[in-house]
Amino acid sequence: MPGQPKSVTNPRLKLQVFSPEEVQRIHTATLDVIESVGVRFPSKRALDIWEAHGAVVDRETKVVKVKGHIIEDALKSCPPVYSLAARDPQQDLPLDGNHVWVGTDGCGVEVIDLYTGQRRVSCLQDVIEIARVADALDEVGFHWVPVSAQDKPAKTRGLYEIKAIWENSTKHVQTESIYNEHEARAAIEMAAVIAGGREALRKRPVLSLMQCTAPPLGHDGGSLDAALLAAEAGIPTGFMTMTACLTTAPATLAGNLVVGNAEVIAATALLQLAFPGAPVFYAAAQTASDLRSGAYTGGGPEDFLFGAATNILADYYNIPLSMGSFATGAKEPNWQAGVDNSLSTFMASVVMSDMLLGVGFLHGSRIWSYAEMLMDCEIFEIIRRVIGGIEVNEDTLALDVIKAVGPGGNFLTQKHTRQHMREIFVPQFMDRRPYNIWEEKRDGAVDWATAKARQILETHQPVPLDPGLSAELARIIALAEEE
Amino acid sequence: MSQELFDSMKQSIVDGDPDLAAELARKAIAQGVNPLEALNQGFVPGVNYVGEQFSAGEMFLPDLVIAGEAMKAAVAVLEPELAKSGGHREVLGKVVMGTIEGDIHEIGKTLVVTMLSATGFQVYDLGVDVPVMKFVEKAREVDADIVGISALLTTTMVKQKDVIEALEDSGLRPRVKVMVGGAPVTQSWAKEIGADGYSEDAVGAVAIAKQLVGS
Repeated sequence: MPGQPKSVTNPRLKLQVFSPEEVQRIHTATLDVIESVGVRFPSKRALDIWEAHGAVVDRETKVVKVKGHIIEDALKSCPPVYSLAARDPQQDLPLDGNHVWVGTDGCGVEVIDLYTGQRRVSCLQDVIEIARVADALDEVGFHWVPVSAQDKPAKTRGLYEIKAIWENSTKHVQTESIYNEHEARAAIEMAAVIAGGREALRKRPVLSLMQCTAPPLGHDGGSLDAALLAAEAGIPTGFMTMTACLTTAPATLAGNLVVGNAEVIAATALLQLAFPGAPVFYAAAQTASDLRSGAYTGGGPEDFLFGAATNILADYYNIPLSMGSFATGAKEPNWQAGVDNSLSTFMASVVMSDMLLGVGFLHGSRIWSYAEMLMDCEIFEIIRRVIGGIEVNEDTLALDVIKAVGPGGNFLTQKHTRQHMREIFVPQFMDRRPYNIWEEKRDGAVDWATAKARQILETHQPVPLDPGLSAELARIIALAEEE
Repeated sequence: MSQELFDSMKQSIVDGDPDLAAELARKAIAQGVNPLEALNQGFVPGVNYVGEQFSAGEMFLPDLVIAGEAMKAAVAVLEPELAKSGGHREVLGKVVMGTIEGDIHEIGKTLVVTMLSATGFQVYDLGVDVPVMKFVEKAREVDADIVGISALLTTTMVKQKDVIEALEDSGLRPRVKVMVGGAPVTQSWAKEIGADGYSEDAVGAVAIAKQLVGS
């Protein structure tokens, strides 16, 4: 039985992107936008809730304008700390501000096949296999649905995906691919089966739900209805903004933050008005559109700054953050992927974002690569160590050892060395071999990461899900298919 | 005299100033300048210049889009005058475009609409969450050359195929080209469902649309 996954914890490094006054200005600007421009909530249930709580609701345009104090008061009931539960309680993830957990990224549409190396359309078997590999990796704390099970009917695809993950991993499942009431209802029932009933689920949410906003300043009706159902069931629920400078947000980074913040906090306030105390999280993956194509970039200095800025906002509202990091725009695991994923993940980690999404993708979260997944895990391990900083105490100052060795000696034979050497990073995928060995073999990180993924897939046996529970999940999906 | 006006027109497009472009168009009409000449010698060179600068990496997407807006403002003033004189502006083709049913994602589709309009296509933007049959009806109504279908979700992407089938059932398919796009859409999906064109971004979509209408 594996223990708790790895996380960034007890950071020694600090980074301050904003002064308290600047955070306050972003917040004030956000409230101005929500009150004077409004946010679109195309869901009858959502509009009814807003109306009942004193917001100005336009039923025609579905735009809701809310006074700042209503938003602020509503957000006060957000629980600041809670845990994402796993099938295996040892793998529960406290969202307490002192841990950064990494998930698999999602939701892609293609996979670089682990054996042929060819790019192909994703299917349910990929969800199964990625879940198994992720289950074995200590760096992966939780799952997103990594790729779309495109061989399953659109109506219940999201249900097949979470079933596949629960059957192949004991870690927490967060789905970003269920965005309508019909599937959300069934998903909650399925989670209750895993947790052992609706009340048990409330205490141990083995599922969390992430909904995308529809920037600028809008939401999707199905997402809102799904989120309301989840919040009602006590399932942690978050809204992710992917505001992009130039297209769905102003060209300026501060303006982008205001638009995304308005979307996220307005929707979060809605959940709190409906179900005070419901566990919620802030989620974001803002970017700057590419100046030439307008495309979502998945990397670059703007993304790195958003990564560092957003947790300050989430902390201001005292709710956990799920932050987009990794997710390079590179087409293969290369220099660009290394730069993008290292810097984005460092910046989001050093400010202690609670959850990071996530490992494994190329081409802006569209193409799954097992090699990238494993190399992303190594990036996270490096960052985890860096943020841990340098410990200074009598033992680490090692004065006795320095005196014992003296000028010209070496430290290899010291007991102190053996005691501490395993604290030093041993790379899995960095090439530190002599030049001639490399020249002879001409292999490298991608080959080694691919080989390791194959080895995990071929040998790792996740703790199986009780077949009775599996059958129950299948029954719920079958019912949802008929409805 | 006219050349000076034409230069100002070009500059209004390059600067992306819709108000000025419309004002200059009205001025041209008041001065009795042939509306087609105003368009082809005044405004179009502006669009061409922005396009060239974009290709050279000197201008960026917002420059193209805002130049497109300015062009639209000028065309809105000149087109009725053109119609009065029995003329019409040269249109590369008629495009019906929308985001498919169940999907409210707008930005990618809107970018393509703007770019196609700026390039000289007549575009009918159906908006978002567009039912399958609406594409067919509109294509029939305006005698479209191209139907463009956008989708951001893997669950809605499948309906791009339904539009193609509906176009087939209604007998329109032989004279209408179909373009598909959106984040989950790939070249192989476009091929699988029998679409005629696919592009990952708006600039590429313009090139594809031009190919499809043979210009």
